Amino acid sequence: MSHATGLQYLKKGVLPHMWCSGCGVGVMLGALVRSFEELGYERKDTVVVTGIGCTGKTDDYLVTNALHTTHGRALAYATGIKAFNPKLHVVVLMGDGDSVTIGGNHFLHAARRNMDLTAIIINNFNFGMTGGQFSGTTPADAITQTSIYGNAERQLDISALAELAGANYVARGTPYHVWELKTNIKEALSKKGFSVVEIYSPCPTHFGKNNKMKEATAMLQWLKESGLPVEKYNSLEKSARKGFFAVGKLVDREEPDFNTRYEEIRRRAMNLKV
Amino acid sequence: MELGRKVKLMQGNQAIVEGAFYAGARFYAGYPITPSSEIAEESAKRMPLLGGIYMQMEDEIASMAAIIGASLAGAKSFTATSGPGFSLMQENLGLAVMGEVPCVVINVQRSGPSTGLATKPAQSDVMQIRWGRHGDQSVIALCPASVSECFTLTVTAFNFAEKFRVPVILASDEVVGHMRENITIPSPGELAVAERKKPTGEPAAYKPFIADEDGVAPLASYGSDYVFHVSSSMHGPDGYSNNNPANAAWRVAQLHKKIEMHREEIIITKTFDTEDADILFIAFGATTRASRAAALELRKQGIRAGVLQLMTIWPFADKKIASLGERAKTVVVPEMNYSGQVAGEVQRILGAGADIRKVNSYNGEIITPQDILKAIL
Repeated sequence: MSHATGLQYLKKGVLPHMWCSGCGVGVMLGALVRSFEELGYERKDTVVVTGIGCTGKTDDYLVTNALHTTHGRALAYATGIKAFNPKLHVVVLMGDGDSVTIGGNHFLHAARRNMDLTAIIINNFNFGMTGGQFSGTTPADAITQTSIYGNAERQLDISALAELAGANYVARGTPYHVWELKTNIKEALSKKGFSVVEIYSPCPTHFGKNNKMKEATAMLQWLKESGLPVEKYNSLEKSARKGFFAVGKLVDREEPDFNTRYEEIRRRAMNLKV
Repeated sequence: MELGRKVKLMQGNQAIVEGAFYAGARFYAGYPITPSSEIAEESAKRMPLLGGIYMQMEDEIASMAAIIGASLAGAKSFTATSGPGFSLMQENLGLAVMGEVPCVVINVQRSGPSTGLATKPAQSDVMQIRWGRHGDQSVIALCPASVSECFTLTVTAFNFAEKFRVPVILASDEVVGHMRENITIPSPGELAVAERKKPTGEPAAYKPFIADEDGVAPLASYGSDYVFHVSSSMHGPDGYSNNNPANAAWRVAQLHKKIEMHREEIIITKTFDTEDADILFIAFGATTRASRAAALELRKQGIRAGVLQLMTIWPFADKKIASLGERAKTVVVPEMNYSGQVAGEVQRILGAGADIRKVNSYNGEIITPQDILKAIL
């Protein structure tokens, strides 16, 4: 049996890609286009919306429809696209800066509205494109270019936030767990309602360099050793979970999405004839 | 909307919604703000019945983003706001310029700075509308002075947006937004309604940023056979990132040129008794009304006064002002801001030696005919 390559969704002549050795964005892109192929997505029915940053460059590699937006606002643009044309597959690719730092408000409300979007988030724990400053997901005490003595702020948990705000589907993956990642991306794409795949991702160039994981393999090693399957992670006592994180599907529910609810309300309005 | 011509008593803000629906708008995204909220309320009530979508977003940044997204999915889309919200929209408004995305932004101007006098009128965003975004860019902005013009200029705003692939700003003010007047809603077909040009060639050959002779490129919709990219970053004819300096120069110039090319069509003015005017009022929005009353009063006293109303404030009516200003001995520019934002433009055109009288209100009160007469007599 031949595996999907997803090559038909990639622009010809743009490889090798621009991301640093060891970065997770390329792995995500590979998993994404393979998922498109396995799900039979048509280029014309697919819109990839990106923000700004390393992950925000992804649209340049794709031959689907695309909208490359402003920093942090990709979800709001995607909301407009999906609300007006629910038939489109709308996929939003963001980093931790786009999704929950500058764009945190849009993330909360896209989840609360349960917009039928798939948000794929490369969480590399810092602002990579601008040279490695701390973001909303940088762990406390971590060293970055703007926290050289250690980060005074606490780390935001993207998956927990997505669950709390109302996402229908939440999964966490890593580029080390690459086949599981594709499975989660496919599930997220297939899910009606707001779905989130958070990808803990190496940034050896900046985050790793500053935090004793300078080699690309060192960060992958860390993801391999710290990422536990959800069931295993959940079976641990809370005190034993320190230093580990869950990998896999975290949330799966069937609340109606925005467009479904809007059509219900529309029918109510038509019957009332306001 | 029921078909056929009809006369109705309505508010300016409501007439804007009627105009938007007449023009075919089927997507609204906004965040409530005084004195524009009636536009959101009316849109929320009517959109579901018209088959359209009303979205109340988490802020004005998201509202601007959502109408751009919806437009690229094929909608005629709009939002409405006032000063603080308009400030928040600026960055994404810049994307609509850069990506050449048709949409309409209503700014019902209120008194500032900052939160200011939230319920009081102003005309103090004239320069923010023109220059409020980073990066050098041209915009189209229209100013209604009556409830009837709220309707017609909203239709015009959508038409310009569709024809030229640009965001169009409709800048009314609290007075025009909240006043009630009788208006005649035209029958369908009575006013022209423009639709964006769609690509017609081979889908694989479609380049969303290659303009036709009219300076405007056809725009597909997401989901059609024409797959395309739109980007806030500098991009080539195909919409993909492009850092080539020659390409950047071509793109920036093209964004300006397509508006320059159609300047005569875009600049809409009205004149009242200007042929022999010694005193020329140059007015826009609510101050047009006080100016007309003042001019009529002067005529009664034997003074030849006339009014030039700028229905388009950007691009600025340089030629018209130059020709009428040459004849007039005195030019009076009443406006609800401190700096004389329009008066400065008039001075630029007529020169430092011209007798230009500024009449300004910046306390949230409207300018009355008496205020104007006091300033010039």
